[in-house]
Amino acid sequence: MVEPVQSKKSGPKKFMLVNRRAPHGTIYALEALEVVLIAATFDQDVSMAFLDDGVYVLVKGQKTTGLEIKNFSPTFRALDDYDVNKLYVERQSLEQRGLDADSLLVPVQVLDAKQLGELMAQQDVVLSF
Amino acid sequence: MLHIVNKSPFECTGLASCLRVAQPGAAVLLIEDGVYAATTGSAVQEQIRRSARELRFFALAPDIEARGMQGRILDGVELIDYAGFVDLVTTHSVVQSWL
Repeated sequence: MVEPVQSKKSGPKKFMLVNRRAPHGTIYALEALEVVLIAATFDQDVSMAFLDDGVYVLVKGQKTTGLEIKNFSPTFRALDDYDVNKLYVERQSLEQRGLDADSLLVPVQVLDAKQLGELMAQQDVVLSF
Repeated sequence: MLHIVNKSPFECTGLASCLRVAQPGAAVLLIEDGVYAATTGSAVQEQIRRSARELRFFALAPDIEARGMQGRILDGVELIDYAGFVDLVTTHSVVQSWL
């Protein structure tokens, strides 16, 4: 009989939240932010990866008053207070959009796809947004 | 004719299809995630520049500001507000939304 795959670890698990959507146009980016705060509250080892249009989530200078919706982007600056400081951004996604690390509102680690893939493979749980 | 694009050019084919189909003299309005197409240094910048020789490009300013893209908008793209959006719709008899 085949046993289901189970994590043998009893302590905190490694969670990676993968962000691939731009903010505001859809609800995904905001939902990822909600989930990362929940995971941090439960003292899990949580990281966030940003690639494709997900890199737009971290662009500084977002002003949503004209859309009359909440601007959740400053919350990323508070993640450090929750001990969430593993923010990974894929280099190619930035370059394709004319952005660099200086365009972003928080310090991040800019990684190439291979490095990001290796980190992803080390996780216990990967959640996709 | 007015074409409206509301999706990111990196995620959907709406912009590419619009630019393929739009006829000279047409207006293209970028809204919501579609405004990313109007930003400098992106992989679609040349596509927009080339198309701008025969098409008029507009982008909705509140959507640009919400995304932090103010100051990164290509020359030749005219920024409009919601009143300008209404003007564009009412002055064009045919409107296609590339949803």
